[in-house]
Amino acid sequence: MTDNGHEIEQPDDRVPKRVIGTPDSGASMLEASQPQVDDGDVPGVYLPDEAKANKAEKIVALCFTITFVAAIAFIVNYVVFQVGDINSTAVSNVALGAPLTVALLGLAVGIVVWVRQIMPKYNLVQERHAMVSDPETREYVEETFLRGAKESGIPKRPLLRRTLLLASAPLGLLPIVLLRDLDNAKMPASKFQQELRHTVWGRKTKEGKPLKLVVEGTGQPIRAADFNSPGGILSVVPEGYEHDLNALAKAVLILIKFRPEEIKSGTNLNWTHDGIVAYSKICTHVGCPAALYEQTTHHILCPCHQSTFDAADGAKVIFGPAARPLPQLPIGVDDQGFLIAKGDFAVPVGPSFWERGDAEAKVRSTGGHA
Amino acid sequence: MTVPKAIAGPSNFIDERIGAGNFMKRNLRKVFPDHWSFLLGEIALYSFIILLLTGTFLTFWFKPGMEHVIYNGPFDPLKGVVMSEAYASALEISFEVRGGLLMRQMHHWSALLFVAGMMVHMLRVFFTGAYRKPRELNWLIGVGLLTLALAAGLTGYSLPDDLLSGAGLRITQGVAISLPLVGTYISFFLFGGEYPGEDVIARFYSLHILLIPGILLALISAHMVLMWVQKHTQMPGKGRNNHNVVGAPFYPAFMLKAGAYFMFTFAVVAGLATFFQINPIWAFGPYTPADISAGSQPDFYMGFLEGALRLMPSWEINLFGTAEAGTLPLSVIIPALVPMGIVMTGLALYPFLEQWITGDRREHHIADRPRNNPHRTSIGMAAITFYGVLWLLGANDELAANFHISLNMTTYIGRVMVFAGPVLAYMITYRICLGLQRSDAAVLSHGVESGVIKRLAHGEFIEVHTPPDEDIEAHMRGKESIPEIPAAEDADGIPPKGMRGPIGKLRAKMSQTYGGEKIPLDEGHGHGDEHPAIGEGDDDRSLTH
Repeated sequence: MTDNGHEIEQPDDRVPKRVIGTPDSGASMLEASQPQVDDGDVPGVYLPDEAKANKAEKIVALCFTITFVAAIAFIVNYVVFQVGDINSTAVSNVALGAPLTVALLGLAVGIVVWVRQIMPKYNLVQERHAMVSDPETREYVEETFLRGAKESGIPKRPLLRRTLLLASAPLGLLPIVLLRDLDNAKMPASKFQQELRHTVWGRKTKEGKPLKLVVEGTGQPIRAADFNSPGGILSVVPEGYEHDLNALAKAVLILIKFRPEEIKSGTNLNWTHDGIVAYSKICTHVGCPAALYEQTTHHILCPCHQSTFDAADGAKVIFGPAARPLPQLPIGVDDQGFLIAKGDFAVPVGPSFWERGDAEAKVRSTGGHA
Repeated sequence: MTVPKAIAGPSNFIDERIGAGNFMKRNLRKVFPDHWSFLLGEIALYSFIILLLTGTFLTFWFKPGMEHVIYNGPFDPLKGVVMSEAYASALEISFEVRGGLLMRQMHHWSALLFVAGMMVHMLRVFFTGAYRKPRELNWLIGVGLLTLALAAGLTGYSLPDDLLSGAGLRITQGVAISLPLVGTYISFFLFGGEYPGEDVIARFYSLHILLIPGILLALISAHMVLMWVQKHTQMPGKGRNNHNVVGAPFYPAFMLKAGAYFMFTFAVVAGLATFFQINPIWAFGPYTPADISAGSQPDFYMGFLEGALRLMPSWEINLFGTAEAGTLPLSVIIPALVPMGIVMTGLALYPFLEQWITGDRREHHIADRPRNNPHRTSIGMAAITFYGVLWLLGANDELAANFHISLNMTTYIGRVMVFAGPVLAYMITYRICLGLQRSDAAVLSHGVESGVIKRLAHGEFIEVHTPPDEDIEAHMRGKESIPEIPAAEDADGIPPKGMRGPIGKLRAKMSQTYGGEKIPLDEGHGHGDEHPAIGEGDDDRSLTH
């Protein structure tokens, strides 16, 4: 939609004048100059050739008619094509979208032809003035400001001034104070971090028994004897919390079956059961589920930022931005042979936070295994 | 011709009440200069209007709730699945409302176009120096708009509550909670307790449909008003100078052209939404923090943050050891804050830094050609490269899969390129700018090849050169040398006041490097009738001598 307001004069030479580089917007590089009538009244307004304008009018009219027809088609299609399943929605999407696109395009093209072929070409010049006001105005404003200030009494009444400032400070704080209950937690904010240190694995069932590990999705408890093919992997959630997203955000596990000789020293053997190891599935980087597992290398990979953990060696970090291993959950079996949690994680799961501290070192310092 | 009654009546009514005539008199024929690059910002403007229209439509059905419902809609694969109200209503919009999917896809496409339009517009303004005095304020508003657009995108992206958007939300939370001192509080206040809670969708919803667009609308209006008051910059050219505007009048030409351009943008968005699927939420399933799909990618404008997160080595510090405080997850904090900080702060400060370095306090209304301020252009290209490397790395898993490179290798290369790339881009751009300046100088002093080969009396063949077109010459001669601050030492070897301390010396040095004329247009050559076109004067002169 660039306009050419200044055609290039072509001198009657043996050599055509060549134009190089980025031409001025819309300046035609090849077209011969078009005869243009200067509007007698306004300099810089070049009326188009009447015959060409008449021809253009027909094109514009055609475009506008297309828009009319397409808009009608949209309405008709809206009534004709119903939605409901994925196929009919796909059809409806095209049946509505295509006429809408055509209608808008018709209008757009029509107006462009109108502006370019029917309306004059312009090369109007307007003066620009410096943005700054002239000195008299500035002086006047300055005087008025000072007079107004004086009239208001602010400069010579410090008590007024200071108490106004005093008043506005707490008033400005009110909106922030009002946001305090955004946490819905009914607890001192200093307790937030304590919440992050526990998961539901530390809880018991209503009967006072440890929570079973159940398969995510089906909710089936896992009999250790059945989970016996080395290299096997399961995504596991706590019994009774299958649909509790807050619980899952910290408690979801990745359960892997190893041959005993594959397990390295980083893994706490006391927390495993018959080569079955449970790690937190929540990546210690920013909390995506580390859901990918490579059987041959025992690598757990987080698909978000590619932090890679060695599942055989306590899920220590071997690549990527995560700084800490995936915490291991102590597991065992109940009297029926189902896998259960023997307690909560020893360290907070998921992304780091300011109050976390070196929780792993803390556990180690008390003789534990993180 | 007289004004028809239908228009004269209401006009009279309005004029008698608010004196609209005075405003019309001043503004109806306001002149707008023309250049294709001036249209980039309009893409963003029109996308915003489309966002408001389609977004309003979506609100009529969308339910921003996280209550669990069991899906019983027409999409069979999800029948009986437990999901949030938000996701269920997004599915309803997609499958059960006629035109719903179209509007949803238009909303998403125009959001991408909105941010993309702003970015290229901003680059145009940067590279042509159109942010210079008196337009610094509008530039700052622009930086604010870009930031808000990212916030609008982030909050909107999360609303459908599908597995993909949830992954984005999870990363947002992981970043928020990692912030020193305040992280835990921010996360608990934002999510109404522990992640994910049951509030965040509703809260993002009110931010996304009320607060952020409200501020956007206000800032966009201010942006337009300032542009109107200050008049648009123009490219250098024949008859154009710092004290005029040359172009087409607002009424009727510019007005109609703007309308047509709006329709074009609208048509492109509608066409994309019709023929190119975007964000098929039904394919991802409802969000659960326990699952993720591989190859999860954010929208393009968040890609650079994603790339920065992927690139970072695994650094974490515990300032006070095992004490319950002082954990600094640098592998999150640095990539989340530093690149964004560098880009946004750099953008906001650039006009003022440039003024400080050049000492240039004049008004500028003629746009620079990028080559004519080589250091600025090189800094811009370095920034683009920095951003671009991070952006590419945000899709390093796709790069690794499609080009069969080791994933780890893409990360290692990225870690080097994020530093080396900008330096290389700077040096290369600087050389290209000088080369282009030289080529301009050559055109002005020697003319351009005419395509006419001439045989001289002694048998030599030469190509005749002809002076460039007037418009082109004026365009090239629009070049201005970049001012330098006076830092020369006086007769006693004392630099001027303010240039004496270490900062003053650095400033003087930078000014010297940044400013000045690198390649004068008429360097060492005559022009004018020394190199005449064929047909006048002596034919024998040409560059081939």
